[in-house]
Amino acid sequence: MKRLLYLIIISAIFVSVPIASQAQCKGFAKKICRLELEPYIHDGNYHAAILTEGEEAELYKTFYSDQDYRIAICGTDELPEIEFTIMDSKKTVLYTNKDKNFKRTWDFKLESSQQLKIAIKVPVREGSPDEPRSGCVAIMFGLKVK
Amino acid sequence: MKQKAFRFLPYSMVILLIGFSLTSGCKVGTEKEDEAPELELDMSQLSQDMFEDIGEVKKIFYSLPSPIETAMIIRSAGATYNQNLLNSVDNASNYTTNKSMALNLGVYTCDLSFASLYDQTEASIDYMNAAKKMADGLGILDAISDETIEELEENINNRDVIMEIISDTFMNSSSFLHENERASVAAIVLVGGWMEGLFLATQIVDLDSLENNTLVDRIMDQKLSLDIVLKLLDESKDNEDVQLILADVEDLKITFDKVELRSSQIETSFDEETEVTTIKSKTSSNLTPEVFTELKGKIETIRNKYIS
Repeated sequence: MKRLLYLIIISAIFVSVPIASQAQCKGFAKKICRLELEPYIHDGNYHAAILTEGEEAELYKTFYSDQDYRIAICGTDELPEIEFTIMDSKKTVLYTNKDKNFKRTWDFKLESSQQLKIAIKVPVREGSPDEPRSGCVAIMFGLKVK
Repeated sequence: MKQKAFRFLPYSMVILLIGFSLTSGCKVGTEKEDEAPELELDMSQLSQDMFEDIGEVKKIFYSLPSPIETAMIIRSAGATYNQNLLNSVDNASNYTTNKSMALNLGVYTCDLSFASLYDQTEASIDYMNAAKKMADGLGILDAISDETIEELEENINNRDVIMEIISDTFMNSSSFLHENERASVAAIVLVGGWMEGLFLATQIVDLDSLENNTLVDRIMDQKLSLDIVLKLLDESKDNEDVQLILADVEDLKITFDKVELRSSQIETSFDEETEVTTIKSKTSSNLTPEVFTELKGKIETIRNKYIS
């Protein structure tokens, strides 16, 4: 009986931890990262994930001409500054925030619509003896209402 | 006879004619040679190459234009508002399955954004209520609360605030579905909004002026999003509802593939004053009226199926 109770508790923890992390991610995206988009209007899409130091993510999106865009990519406090790179279809680097002191936002517009790739990397803290840390990374897009 | 006529032409005229034909022929040739390398990149092929090179990363996101972005693209392209094209809010009570509610949450959010961008105050409130009905039906808790509707009514003349409210509600729905491992429903919502945008745009376009038409260009640009739609749906292809929608999008792709999009090399320029980067490139397509009519017909059929 005790063993069954133990199993139920362990299972409940395994199920609830990811849900709690996701909820934390939503709160972070909505209350912190979204503010970085101002005065642009958030497009309403939700892209966020729990990433660990050293891990990478990619996002594919078509951006349209005649629109003014702001990309905001933010990580929670547990993580070092997030590195992101924007590439075109030929994998040419159009922008990297590595050259801009890991700035969280990038404003741009296009003369013609293009499909772009956003590569996101959580750097590993140098000289950190601790276990790699995990946290939420949110990717948000803002547009200007004309 | 022709030789005879030629014989009577003064020599000077013949030399002039030969000279003109030679120089004009060279000019066309030169122009083509100048333009060809500029627009040498086949965008569909590049898009495929991009996906083939997906690295081993923890997480991959395929991002479709949200219903808000779709409506903004249509407005920026100079489209006029026509409420008769929107899905009637009276249809909201007809949607009882998860698939129809998810599709029409996307459709109504697109219509809501479209109406709001054109300051259609009453329609905005009606479409927010219709979207709420869909979100409630899908069990999306508190995505659109009664307070949201009240806030919308209080700020009905402030377009920026309204767009913020729409963005907030759409994000609530989207994040709720992802949190609760209902990514397939989230994908269907996005496809519903995307298809509604395509429907509105193709219906508004004047078929007699397809050339140099910004709205037509934006419709053709959706070819670039098509692969992303397919990738997004493919992630949930075990879901029966997704399979049906996937078949519709694949059918649409057959027509989109008849159009070739070409792009020049991309360059960037950074404005120090505004801190805005401009991504510079030129694109062209070989769209014909026949292909556009085919595309318009397919989109209309799919969209009407989704709202019926």
